[in-house]
Amino acid sequence: MPELFAQAEAAGFGQFLVTGLVMGSLYALIALGYTMVYGIIELINFAHGDLFMLGAFLAVTHLAWSGLTDPAFAASAPAYLLAWMVAGGIAAAALFCAALNVAADRVVYRPLRASPKLTAIVSAVGVSFVFVNLGLFWKGPSPVKFPDLIPDTNLLASDGLRLTWKDVMVVGVTAPAMLALTLFVRYTPLGKAMRATAQNPTAARLMGVDVDRVVSATFALGGALAGVAAVVYGLYIKAVDFQMGFQNGLYAFTAAVLGGVGNIPGAVVGGLVIGVVGELSKAYLGAKWSEATVFAILIVILVFRPAGLLGARTREKV
Amino acid sequence: MSPGRYWVPALFVLLAAYPFLPVAEPNRGEQFTVLFVYAVLALGLNVVIGYAGLLHLGIAAFFGIGAYTVGILTVPYFPFGQSFLVAATAATLAAAAAGVATTAPVLRLRGDYLALVTLGFGLITLYAIRNLDAITEGTKGMNPIGAGPVPGVAEDADLSGWRLFPGWGVRWYRYPYLYFLALGVLGLVMLFLRNLERSRLGRAWVALREDELAAACTGLNPARLKLAAIAVGAGLAGLAGALYAIALQGTGNPQGFDFTLSMTMVCCVILGGLGNRPGVLLGTLLLMGFDRVATNVLDNLIQEHVGSGGPSYTKVSGWKLMIFGTVLILMMRYRPEGMLPEARHRRELHEEPTKPV
Repeated sequence: MPELFAQAEAAGFGQFLVTGLVMGSLYALIALGYTMVYGIIELINFAHGDLFMLGAFLAVTHLAWSGLTDPAFAASAPAYLLAWMVAGGIAAAALFCAALNVAADRVVYRPLRASPKLTAIVSAVGVSFVFVNLGLFWKGPSPVKFPDLIPDTNLLASDGLRLTWKDVMVVGVTAPAMLALTLFVRYTPLGKAMRATAQNPTAARLMGVDVDRVVSATFALGGALAGVAAVVYGLYIKAVDFQMGFQNGLYAFTAAVLGGVGNIPGAVVGGLVIGVVGELSKAYLGAKWSEATVFAILIVILVFRPAGLLGARTREKV
Repeated sequence: MSPGRYWVPALFVLLAAYPFLPVAEPNRGEQFTVLFVYAVLALGLNVVIGYAGLLHLGIAAFFGIGAYTVGILTVPYFPFGQSFLVAATAATLAAAAAGVATTAPVLRLRGDYLALVTLGFGLITLYAIRNLDAITEGTKGMNPIGAGPVPGVAEDADLSGWRLFPGWGVRWYRYPYLYFLALGVLGLVMLFLRNLERSRLGRAWVALREDELAAACTGLNPARLKLAAIAVGAGLAGLAGALYAIALQGTGNPQGFDFTLSMTMVCCVILGGLGNRPGVLLGTLLLMGFDRVATNVLDNLIQEHVGSGGPSYTKVSGWKLMIFGTVLILMMRYRPEGMLPEARHRRELHEEPTKPV
């Protein structure tokens, strides 16, 4: 144990906190897709993590078309052009994931709306299997390099703590996306309809809300956020593979549960907590125990505070 | 009348006759042995999901606990050196105890939340197995696992005098002796579960599954019933794990106890018919048979006629998840009660709209 602590001290508590918050904002972005869908139709969308993976694959393909996989071009192109191309990649991945998520809902989940919950969950697992297999066909079994476009230079003068352009990029994309979502759900008519449907679908329908349309919109929004997260993740980690949806999806779902499933600010808080806890447990318990720690937290939260950190205490959910 | 009344005994007779048939191959027989092991695992899971209605997504953990218990009690570098009978009993009890210990604190959770906790528990067990390499040998797995079948019989007792065919093995843990053992265990588990279904406990589970509140009002204790289900289910999973370890003569890579296995088992149970024993047996033999045997055979055929190499979609095994996923989606859409549904469950899913009187 002492040497572990020494190692963590050398790297610095602050560094793990920074990395944790950066990873956490990524998890939060994926978690929003889970939490919104669960909030409205009470479906644990097991396929969401794999949707995220497919989004990353689309981004790789899209950025390759734009010529960004060629390091010489990427190095010589002016920064504003790169920024535009990355923005294009994000938009493409977001659109693609939104469309795919809506299609999955239309084809698979919607016919099961009246069935027992287990039926829909098992279907979601089926969709997840199909997505993973599509990913395998698309890019093969080995990890794919993501174009390395964002410089790793330290923005801080200090030697110990590093804050790179990559970190800034992650927060710079995820924070506005989450803010936009919050504003959308709070102030637009469609957002209002979403909140109404989440509260009580029957009552919402009686008030003239087109519930099917609201559910589609929810899947579209959740999918789009997963697409955005996928590109940011690729730029940050620099490699993507067909199995990456599983762990990231589970972390994100843990984040959603931690914050109180169905609760949008909760998912963000949960994501940040999961990111920080994951990094800190890597530092203090060793990298191999990091995943176990995250899931142990999931269990502890569910046992002692099933409504999550920010969730209201409701009886029926427990 | 249960649908498995005639074909299940017939199937068992056929499988028991297989090693005596001229078409029998030792390799194929060993694959079948593993299928029987998975069938025991699926039947254990069926107790938890099908009988008691608790969606458990971490059954692989108990399978792993069973396998590693046998490993610890039998590998030469640990001092225990127990026989398989003792080790398998210990594995069953250890898995049942682990099931009760991990479920008791979370019993008040319902539905999805319980599913998540079990999923988390399954993953934590997997990581623990992988990371505690001082005991479990980490990713290499524990081997060689070899033990005498019962106390007093040596591990390497020579069975060559019993061979009827040249393909039969010399040691008791080789084909076809282990094949018969696994098939026998599977048969006993089927009988045990049939009796259990008809017992007071089994009927109480049905009441609990259909309406927990009503069951509690009639004096049943839901918490105790759920713990009983998890104890039986996890115990059977541990027993399956013990057989798995002896069949592989090692625990193999811990990857064999991951979430995919848990999920595949859930698929087997649901595909066959939630809560229906013969259905679960059929579902497992078909799904795992496709997974472990058919893809192998087809891949070899393709290799012979087309050549090896090439991207994943040129191999049948590359399509596995696609096929699993599509089957699950289609089943849920058109026949959610499974291939051989349990009568009560089928009525529930295809309820006639009640007309006002």
